[in-house]
Amino acid sequence: MSGITILTLFVLTAFVGVEVVSKVSSTLHTPLMSGANAIHGIILVGAIAVTAHATEPWLIVLGSLATLLATVNLVGGFVVTDRMLEMFSGRPKQPQRESEMAGDPR
Amino acid sequence: MNLLPAAVAEVIYLAAAVCFILALKGLSSPRGARRGNLLGALGAAIAVVTVLLSTDFRGANLAFVLGSVGIGSAVAVPAARRVKMTEMPQLVAIFNGVGGGAAAVVGVIELAEWMGTEPGAVATTATAFAILVGSTSLLGSILTYFKLQGTITSRPIVVPFAAPLMVAALVAGVGVGVAVALTGNVWLGVVLMAVGLAFGALLVLPVGGADVPIVISLLNAFTGLTVAASGWAMSNTLLLVAGTLVGASGSILTIAMATAMGRSVTGILFGALKGGSTAG
Repeated sequence: MSGITILTLFVLTAFVGVEVVSKVSSTLHTPLMSGANAIHGIILVGAIAVTAHATEPWLIVLGSLATLLATVNLVGGFVVTDRMLEMFSGRPKQPQRESEMAGDPR
Repeated sequence: MNLLPAAVAEVIYLAAAVCFILALKGLSSPRGARRGNLLGALGAAIAVVTVLLSTDFRGANLAFVLGSVGIGSAVAVPAARRVKMTEMPQLVAIFNGVGGGAAAVVGVIELAEWMGTEPGAVATTATAFAILVGSTSLLGSILTYFKLQGTITSRPIVVPFAAPLMVAALVAGVGVGVAVALTGNVWLGVVLMAVGLAFGALLVLPVGGADVPIVISLLNAFTGLTVAASGWAMSNTLLLVAGTLVGASGSILTIAMATAMGRSVTGILFGALKGGSTAG
C-alpha cells in the first residue's frame, strides 16, 4: 500500500471512530471502554504474522510471548465485556435509569 | 498453511473491520450493547482464523503460535468469568496493558526481521511509535491495576523532580524514537521500550485514585493508536482500521468520562505536578 492510501484510510477511520461513539450514554461508558479494549486485542493477527516466519530462537520466543499477551487482551476483553453487559440487563430497571435512557435517541 | 489466497484474506479482513465498527456502534446504545460485543468477538475470531489459514509458517512455528493462543485463552477466560464486579475496571486495565505490551514486542521483532533489508522510513517510524507508546501503555496500565487494588496508595505519588523527569523522558523518547526510525536498529528499539516504560510510570503515578478509570480509558486509546501504527508498519489494513477506531473512539470516550465527572484530562494528568490536587 502506498503511504497516501494508508494516510487516507487512517484519517477516514478516525472520523468513523469519533462518529460511532459520539452519542453514548454515561451509563455505558465502562462497557464501551471494555469493548474497545477487546477490539485492539486484534494485534494478535500481527503477532501471529511476525511469529510465522521468525527464524532465530529468541525471535520465536518473543513472538510466542506477544501472541500470548495479545490473546489475553482479545479473548479476556470480549468475555469480561459480555459479563459486564449481562449484569446490566439482569438488574431490575430503576425509574432513574429509564429517564436517562429516555434521553437517548434510540 | 497458505490455504487462503492473499486477496481472499483481504476481503475477510474488511468484513472483520465492518464488524468492529458495528460493535462500537452497538456498544454505545443500551439495547444493542450485548449484540455489539458479540459481533466484535465474531469479527476477531474470523480474522484470527484467516491469518492462520493464509500465512506460511516456518518449521514448528505454527505449534508455538497455537500453544500461545491456547495458554492465553486458558488464562484469560477464567480470569474474566470469575472476577468480582467491583474488580472489573482493574482487569480491563491489565487486558489493555498486555495488548500494548504485545504491540511493543511485535515492533521489536519487526526491527530484528528487517535487519539487512530496506524497510523504508515510514515503516520504521510507525514501528518506533508502536514500541514507545505500547510500552507506556503496558507499565501505565499495570500501575493503575495496583492503584485500584490498593497494593500501592491511591493518593497521587509525586516523585522528586517529577516534572523535569517527565520532560526528560519525553525528550529521550522522541530522540531515541527518531534514532530507531532512521537506523532501524533493534537494540535501540529495546532502549526505546525502556524509555516508554519509564514514561508510563511517570504519567500514572501522580494520578489520584478517583481519576484512575479515566486514565485507563486514555491508555486504552493509546493502545489503539499503537495497534494502528503496527498496521501502518506491516501494511495490514485490519490492524490499521481497528487500532484507529479504538484510538479515536477511546479519545472521545476519555473526554466524555472526564466531563461526566466534572474534571479535565490535563488536570487529571498534570494537576498533582503543579502542586494542585487530583481527587484522591
